[in-house]
Amino acid sequence: MAEFDQELDARGLNCPLPILRAKKALNDLGDGQVLRIMATDPGSVKDFEAFAQQTGNTLLESTEDSGEFHFLLRKNG
Amino acid sequence: MADKKLAIIATKGTLDWAYPPFILASTASALGYQTCIFFTFYGLQLIKKKLDLKVSPLGNPGMPMPMGMNKWFPVLGTTIPGMESMMTTMMKQKIKAKGVASIEELRDLCVEAEVRLVGCQMTIDLFDINRDELMDNIELGGAATFFEFAGDADVTLFI
Repeated sequence: MAEFDQELDARGLNCPLPILRAKKALNDLGDGQVLRIMATDPGSVKDFEAFAQQTGNTLLESTEDSGEFHFLLRKNG
Repeated sequence: MADKKLAIIATKGTLDWAYPPFILASTASALGYQTCIFFTFYGLQLIKKKLDLKVSPLGNPGMPMPMGMNKWFPVLGTTIPGMESMMTTMMKQKIKAKGVASIEELRDLCVEAEVRLVGCQMTIDLFDINRDELMDNIELGGAATFFEFAGDADVTLFI
């Protein structure tokens, strides 16, 4: 499993909460640190791509594992 | 990246229509937008200190009703006393069960993200709303106040 600095459990939460919680969690991270997010909202797959693209952070990984979605988001700047 | 700006006019005061302005404003803030919501007419319900939002099946044929209720009670049934509070209770249960944020939560997130909340002075006067009934951390203003922000906004929505 890839390495990460902090983990966010957004399972059971629906749009836009996973994104909002992730944004909050990223605020506490430094440049280059990685946040791992677990979610169950299928809409979050597209939304995390869009979030990364618009905020300049990097979505390193987006995977699905039996109905759960896992994301690795690297904070840039 | 220079901040983008989102301006929203919120005109509706029901539980369902409270969602779009607060979802979009909180998300836009997370994406780095400067955001302002201008609350006017029934939208003022959304900035009351104590939220008491309801959803009504009346005049809303698009509203899915549980247990085929719209078949048992076509149109006239939606006027039965108590139907509104029943539908509101059911909607709130569904919101909770599906992990959808409450309006209170989304509104708090907007405040935390420093979304500018502006109450329309004219409609506050029109409806005799006391300033005390409204949240403390809002601004009051008129159409010109809205345009001061929206004039160079990247996205402007009327909800």
